[in-house]
Amino acid sequence: MSVEGKIFLDIVTPEKSVIKEEVSEITAPGEEGEFGVLPGHTPFITTLKIGEIKYRKNGSPSYLAVNWGFAEVTGNRVYILVETAEKAEQIDLKRAEAARARAEERIKKAGKEEIDYARAQAALSRALVRLQVASRAR
Amino acid sequence: MATLRDIRRRIGSVKNTQTITRAMQMVAAAKLRRAQENALKARPYAEKMGEVLSSLALRTQGDAHPLLERREAKRARIIVISAERGLSKAEGIVKENKKRSIETSLVAVGIKGRDYFKRRKYDRYKEYIDVLGDLKYSLASDIGRDMVESYGDKAVDEIGLVYTKFRSTMRQEVVAETLLPIKPMETEPGESVIDYIYEPDEERILKEILPRYVEVQIFKALLESVASEYAARMMAMEAATKNAGELIESLTLSYNKARQATITKEMLDIVGGSEALK
Repeated sequence: MSVEGKIFLDIVTPEKSVIKEEVSEITAPGEEGEFGVLPGHTPFITTLKIGEIKYRKNGSPSYLAVNWGFAEVTGNRVYILVETAEKAEQIDLKRAEAARARAEERIKKAGKEEIDYARAQAALSRALVRLQVASRAR
Repeated sequence: MATLRDIRRRIGSVKNTQTITRAMQMVAAAKLRRAQENALKARPYAEKMGEVLSSLALRTQGDAHPLLERREAKRARIIVISAERGLSKAEGIVKENKKRSIETSLVAVGIKGRDYFKRRKYDRYKEYIDVLGDLKYSLASDIGRDMVESYGDKAVDEIGLVYTKFRSTMRQEVVAETLLPIKPMETEPGESVIDYIYEPDEERILKEILPRYVEVQIFKALLESVASEYAARMMAMEAATKNAGELIESLTLSYNKARQATITKEMLDIVGGSEALK
């Protein structure tokens, strides 16, 4: 299979279409671990967890922080449908940092209440991913 | 014949009306802009989701998930997001279903639909009133969850969605779509269907995605309907403002004519008077 091929990547959120580009390689955070897609991948569908999507176009990598969603891979087309997707350069570091601090605070307090704990945990991992992705833009 | 004062009064009142319709037009235009933006931005997600789901439906067996199961339609349900024109379309479907002896229950979103179907004594399953002004995703998930449950429990065998699709400010179109069961994608003859690899597994994927799909489609329909509603309202108010303008023009014309007539009459009186004195 030719590695020269292109993959048509489409990332959409309920609010807008984030990315619509031809890329050469994609890495995404699948529910069961990170996976990579190269041209000619077998049809594949997976849910995604909070994490980082990386794609390469003309050799240079770009990063996005994504929330819950799912991805469908068919031939040379990849659809990624997620709740939110933020490009690395769009992330507000200060806000992400503040969100992390808040989440950590909540985790400390929550302790007993399981629902609150799970929620705070999710908020924390979202904040961490955003920080990590944002740091890539530098 | 109307006196000068009558005409002046009418002009004043029409002008007042025009001020109001113009203000309403402005409000609708501002709201439309936001609603249109929301509707357009939500489209790609809903459409992609529909594509993924129909290709998923093609590749899985009907028994993989309750929402993919196709049953002979005996009981149908239609979600009607009301704008006046949508109502008659929904009514048409209900009547059509009746001929094929399919029981149909309705979910009315918006006050117009509720009143309309109440008056006609249709079977209303649920009503959502006062929700379109300040539209929230939670409304779509409420309706969605309810529908998924009904379908899963086999309370209904088919769920339709009637809403107004926003094409442009000038054009809105009533559409009826089938929400459930999900239609498998149509394939070209001879095209082979390759099965997916599922991660984590088929059952869990379907369980996560399908209910979400229903919500997203409902939400899209809600957004489209709201945008259409504002567009229609704006057009109506624009027409009203224009009509008022025309009315003012013709009233002003007759006002001037009447005024001139009085002046002429007065002059004739004066001339007649002075002639008589000679």
